[in-house]
Amino acid sequence: MSEMICITCPLGCHLSIQRISETEISVTGNRCSRGETYAKEELLFPKRVVTTTCRAVGLPAGAQAASLYAPRRVPVRTADAFPKEKIPELLKLAANLEVTLPVRRGEVLVRDALGTGIDLVATRTISCGEPS
Amino acid sequence: MKQLKFDAAVIGGGAAGMSAAAELRSRGCSALVIEREEELGGILMQCIHNGFGLIEFNEELSGPEFAQKIEERAVASGIEALCGTTVLEIRQEGGFHVVYGVSSRHGVVRVEAKAVVLAMGCRERNRGNIRIPGSRPSGVYTAGLAQRLVNIDGYIPGKDVVIIGSGDIGLIMARRLSWSGCKIHGVVEILPYPSGLTRNIVQCLEDFGIPLYLSHLTTNIRGKDRVQGVEITPVENGAVRYDKSFEIPCDTVLLSVGLVPENELSRNLGVEINPATNGPWVDSRLMTNIPGVFACGNVLHVHDLVDYVAEEARRAGAFAADWLAGASPQRELRLKTGSNVRYLNPSKVDPDRENKIYLRSMVVKNGAVLEARIDGRVVKSIKKAHVQPSEMLFLTLGPKDLAEPDQRTASQSAQVEIAIV
Ligand SMILES: Cc1cc2nc3c(=O)[nH]c(=O)nc-3n(C[C@H](O)[C@H](O)[C@H](O)COP(=O)(O)OP(=O)(O)OC[C@H]3O[C@@H](n4cnc5c(N)ncnc54)[C@H](O)[C@@H]3O)c2cc1C
Ligand code: SF4
Repeated sequence: MSEMICITCPLGCHLSIQRISETEISVTGNRCSRGETYAKEELLFPKRVVTTTCRAVGLPAGAQAASLYAPRRVPVRTADAFPKEKIPELLKLAANLEVTLPVRRGEVLVRDALGTGIDLVATRTISCGEPS
Repeated sequence: MKQLKFDAAVIGGGAAGMSAAAELRSRGCSALVIEREEELGGILMQCIHNGFGLIEFNEELSGPEFAQKIEERAVASGIEALCGTTVLEIRQEGGFHVVYGVSSRHGVVRVEAKAVVLAMGCRERNRGNIRIPGSRPSGVYTAGLAQRLVNIDGYIPGKDVVIIGSGDIGLIMARRLSWSGCKIHGVVEILPYPSGLTRNIVQCLEDFGIPLYLSHLTTNIRGKDRVQGVEITPVENGAVRYDKSFEIPCDTVLLSVGLVPENELSRNLGVEINPATNGPWVDSRLMTNIPGVFACGNVLHVHDLVDYVAEEARRAGAFAADWLAGASPQRELRLKTGSNVRYLNPSKVDPDRENKIYLRSMVVKNGAVLEARIDGRVVKSIKKAHVQPSEMLFLTLGPKDLAEPDQRTASQSAQVEIAIV
């Protein structure tokens, strides 16, 4: 028997979960069926969208001096929710990744990260152009 | 000195400023956005986590993605922007609003505008605002400043962290720093319930086994040069139990204790501030007491969703365009905060069109009803499964709701009371 709070909507039902077998659970305390779906996913295949940053490299020579604005980090995220148990490994991968500028929002930086089928993508465009 | 002339000057290039300017442009007015930072986007650029845009774009985006989508829209509509320019003063000169700013590229900038839209956002409450006793070591940051250090500049503020306040920015930073290899030793909240979203409690604290100390007061920040620990003390039935104080060792403290609208410029201009929001009082058109000066986004009141900021700012842009075209409402009804309502924005409605009103509850309640009344008569009621202070509510009131049942009683003093029951 375990407890969790459903976060699908702001009501935040307190769910009680009974494990029936490896792949089956029974849920009580949910005010709607989405609570059960949430509990199943959370217990059996927990996933999170991961957001972090990578080092930005390859600013054109002089850009740093010419414009006051020279970003050092490129924000990135997984294109979809990512298996929770593989997150530490993914973070290591991202920490060692260098992204060469310019970069475009949505650009795939790592395809099929750690064999999950989920890509790691940039979440902003950095053009290194003249500031306005 | 660089001299410019526009129909409207928009101060601040965050989600609010860009959205208001785009709307002004789409209605044929020229608009200049003046932004202190070297790029547009505002605070969103440092909010790299996702969860933005479900209402505005129908997908879950990160802060930078949301900001750049809004920027693309704004640029396509033909706004002009002056980045790296800090506005120092807004003055009235010869029937114009004149905005003075400084920029490293242009020196002093003077912008003459017929209308001004205030969109300066908010800033964080800091240690002084909440009076935590103790010494003044280094290692104490506001959560938003730490967010900027980590996400934009690529620095880690410290290794062993305690977060004071359970606001969303602090919770998001707990996860961000945990993912960056720091250890978060606890989140301390004086209230008996967390002020952040449940989703963030689950995904930012529980996922990492970070303890949440509810009903605990921070009674000391200890350390000589660098923070060495914080002393926290339980509050039981209103009494601070000093006999039960304990210390959490750490080298870094983050404060996540709320946001305040950034209204220095507005005050100096003579804009009247509503003490309940710390933002300007605005009429049904989001116009302040100074004719032609409008406000939107976090400078008007702190929003929890940027989607609402964008929506409100578009209306501000549209109202400013109407004002520039010489239109103004025939009459306005005053709004009054009823039971359990902390504030309402705007503070007046125009009975001849649809009005959108944002409000905050003072209470946590399941099965609440949002009610609008005129002279005690209920003109609209909306059921809400759940209300809480950290979630902004809204309702719309239109000509149908605001019509006077009896023309003879229609008076100037009629007001609409909005309550949560
Ligand atoms: C630290 C922090 C974290 C946040 N995290 C989240 C989150 O996770 N999720 C969420 O939905 N919301 C979050 N918010 C709320 C967020 O601010 C709003 O959702 C929204 O982005 C606000 O837009 P805005 O345009 O009103 O303000 P801002 O984005 O703050 O824009 C205001 C702009 O005005 C500029 N400015 C101010 N004064 C001047 C001046 N004198 N001259 C020139 N320019 C000036 C500033 O540089 C800034 O770019 C956060 C807020 C803060 C402060
Ligand atoms: S179970 Fe249904 S009602 Fe309860 S929190 Fe989850 S989604 Fe909301």
